[in-house]
Amino acid sequence: MGVTLNRFNRIYHQFVHCVILALALTAGGLAYGQQTPDDNLTPLFASLSQARLSKVAAILEEIERVGGDTVLPLFETMLNGDLYYYEDQPQRLVKAVRNADRDYDIYDIFSGEALGTESRQSIDKIKVNNRLRRQLRQAISRINLNSSDATVRLKAVNNMFGGVDEDTVSLLEDRQKIENDKAVLNALFQTLALFRLQHSDDDQERIAAIEILSGHLDPMVRNELTSLLEKEDGQYIEQNPELIAAAEKSLREIKSRLSIFRGIEQLFFGLSMGSVFLLAAIGLAITFGVMGVINMAHGEMMMLGAYTAYVVQQVLPNYIEYSILIAIPASFLVAGLVGVAIERGIIQFLKGRPLETLLATFGVSLILQQAVRSIFSPLNRQVVTPEWLSGSLEINSALSITYNRLYILLFALLVFAAVQLVMKYTSLGLNVRAVSQNRSMAKAMGIKTEWVDAMTFGLGSGIAGVAGVALSQLTNVGPNLGQAYIIDSFMVVVFGGVGNLLGTVVGGFTLGIANKFLEPATGAVMAKILILIFIILFIQRRPKGLFPQKGRAAND
Amino acid sequence: MTNFAETLGKFRLSANDKTSFVAVLFCFTLLAAMGNLLIPEGSALHVSTYTITLLGKYLCFALLALSVDVIWGYCGILSLGQGAFFALGGYGMGMYLMRQIGDRGVYGNPILPDFMVFLNWSELPWFWLGFDQFWFAMLMAVFVPGLLAFVFGWLAFRSRVTGVYLSIMTQALTYALLLAFFRNEMGFGGNNGLTDFKDILGFDLQSDTTRVVLFMITAAILAAAYVLSRMIMDSRFGRVLLTIRDAESRARFIGFKTERYQVALFVYSAILAAMAGIMYVPQVGIINPGEFAPLNSIEIVVWVAVGGRGTLYGAVIGALLVNYAKTRFTAVLPDGWLFALGALFVYVTIFLPQGLVGWVNKRFKSQEAAA
Repeated sequence: MGVTLNRFNRIYHQFVHCVILALALTAGGLAYGQQTPDDNLTPLFASLSQARLSKVAAILEEIERVGGDTVLPLFETMLNGDLYYYEDQPQRLVKAVRNADRDYDIYDIFSGEALGTESRQSIDKIKVNNRLRRQLRQAISRINLNSSDATVRLKAVNNMFGGVDEDTVSLLEDRQKIENDKAVLNALFQTLALFRLQHSDDDQERIAAIEILSGHLDPMVRNELTSLLEKEDGQYIEQNPELIAAAEKSLREIKSRLSIFRGIEQLFFGLSMGSVFLLAAIGLAITFGVMGVINMAHGEMMMLGAYTAYVVQQVLPNYIEYSILIAIPASFLVAGLVGVAIERGIIQFLKGRPLETLLATFGVSLILQQAVRSIFSPLNRQVVTPEWLSGSLEINSALSITYNRLYILLFALLVFAAVQLVMKYTSLGLNVRAVSQNRSMAKAMGIKTEWVDAMTFGLGSGIAGVAGVALSQLTNVGPNLGQAYIIDSFMVVVFGGVGNLLGTVVGGFTLGIANKFLEPATGAVMAKILILIFIILFIQRRPKGLFPQKGRAAND
Repeated sequence: MTNFAETLGKFRLSANDKTSFVAVLFCFTLLAAMGNLLIPEGSALHVSTYTITLLGKYLCFALLALSVDVIWGYCGILSLGQGAFFALGGYGMGMYLMRQIGDRGVYGNPILPDFMVFLNWSELPWFWLGFDQFWFAMLMAVFVPGLLAFVFGWLAFRSRVTGVYLSIMTQALTYALLLAFFRNEMGFGGNNGLTDFKDILGFDLQSDTTRVVLFMITAAILAAAYVLSRMIMDSRFGRVLLTIRDAESRARFIGFKTERYQVALFVYSAILAAMAGIMYVPQVGIINPGEFAPLNSIEIVVWVAVGGRGTLYGAVIGALLVNYAKTRFTAVLPDGWLFALGALFVYVTIFLPQGLVGWVNKRFKSQEAAA
């Protein structure tokens, strides 16, 4: 026993040493990567801070020649006007940013390390004018364009797209000759093509440029081509018919590509809306579809979930990033327990009287709404979106997808899969299905139907609570949160077919996508109205929904 | 408690026939009206115009509750969209009253209501034409909800959409209308609705006499609706309805075309609701899309549930009691009203499945048995 422990101890120590060593190496590597500048630069820095404005240009050239691409942060800082020097040490250049106390926060230019604060008196700014700014911009582009990293080059070229002038064009042309990375080369071609389209006098060159730019999605290209095709008195201002034909063809190409991306975007919005519908409806599909209980307080379960997310963030203000992960199980528990309480306290006394259940649970929803209003005030509460959920995934200039919608879509599918697993592969699921198919037979087989009812209702409510957490990332959290979704959720369940979880998924996504594709033509509200009317008519045609439950259990 | 039950029990006996319901309503209306018009202000017996308007509103709600009881109590159709028919009727009346404003609006346009001038509309939309004629407006205010009920009911009952499904669908219907009427483009005043009414058939809406007359007309309509509903329920038609309520499939197997009965009743109920809306708007002075809110429709159902469904007078009593409670409650404890209403929903459904009337009846019967 003692020996093993010792060995373990030794291994443990070795492990710790390894980790420390690795960390040290990484840190060293990072420091190395930051490219601290050459000592040869120090006198140049001193002259930069002392020189007259007219001499600065030459000094900058010298700095670039000596320092190479290590001076990039210096140039960027100077371009932003944040470059300062210490009055008593003119060779010491720093980045200084004015803070709330009207002092300056000092940072090392190259490492970005904070160096404390200084008062206005001890540092002085290195002045820049427009001419120098242009020179700096060029130098920065030159450094980036000649960077050894292809992604840096690509970014540099893309940043210059549409902003090329006479000075930078030669830089690009030089680079084009030696560039070997395909993506960068392509970007170079396009950037130069736009420049030629804008400035060249040679029509052949412009036609070639148009061909290169064909299908490019940047709005600048579209504007340029549209202005080329401008008409006056029904006649093209542009004289060359070849040029007009090329521009028209290119513009058509761009428009068709744009409409494809717009379609994809709409599809995504539709899926996103569908995922919200799905999340809201899964719980209902369990309580209504499987148990046959109309729970009008379902929306309020979502509201409780959303408020749980809010409370979790209030309790743990320092862990906003992880609060959602805590809020999901917490809201499941809160809403689930309230659900069990409702089932035990009210619904079990109303077995077989669905209309009365509807009324009683509606009463519960009123009480819950008012309770939340009394506790948290009737105003909306803000649930902070963690960093990793905000922002968007830019696919190209015509299509970007926000992360929160993407995650909610994935989350909805995940929740659905989890519910399916519970229903198919756990004893609870087996019992639930048995009770929903034939209550008295299930009871005769020894299933505690009362317990199963409570658990099922708790599960459905808990999932509604989890849906509330997801909603808190999309909309305002207020006492009326649930009401806004209750009718939609019922529509989804009824449309998909009661008692069929897969039908709920199909129903949710169909309605979401249909809604989003109608919206551009009719407006958001009208789209919703049309969908409602459609469902009302659809139910008249197929009263059991898209996927009716088959078998004797479905007949009353 | 026993005394209370006894008194109510007597009322139950007398209210079972039409004449006593009408008599009670008539006396009540007459007393209130005389209290307002004949007894001078300052007297302890004077009934203020505010109270008259409030009572008129209650009577509209009673009529609305009656319309729900007709379908829910007698045919088992729980409509959660009754407010839609009420609001449509109200909008019909509102449109007439809007046109009566004439050039007295803020913008002084003789044809266009203020909100249309505000939206820069140049002419009256086609569906507003004719609403300056009282008879036409009233006809439309009843016809449109009736038609909607007919189309919806015909589609639904023919496909045998009943029970909970029908409830949810009616709720979706009123929700869709709520969204639609909130839109400015619809031409019904958007979320502000229709308001600022001046007069009706040349009578000033603000005057005491007009108020009292409106109140009395409401009472008369309620009485007529009650008598008519009672006659329908006592007829062969009504007995078929009860059969459908209790055993729809059997009724169908015997050979009744159940959907025809259901549609006819649904339309009748919608028309009653529309009439309630028609009388509601001139007394309250505004109609806006909020009346379409699903919550309102569900509240009506609770009035009926509290009073006791399937009795007609139970619905009237329920509507009066709950609304009186609401008026008192919201004045004293505004935050508490939703708690009380919610608790009422739960309490009534669990402990008073037959409502107050059913509870009283049971007490009375057990007393009879004991005596």
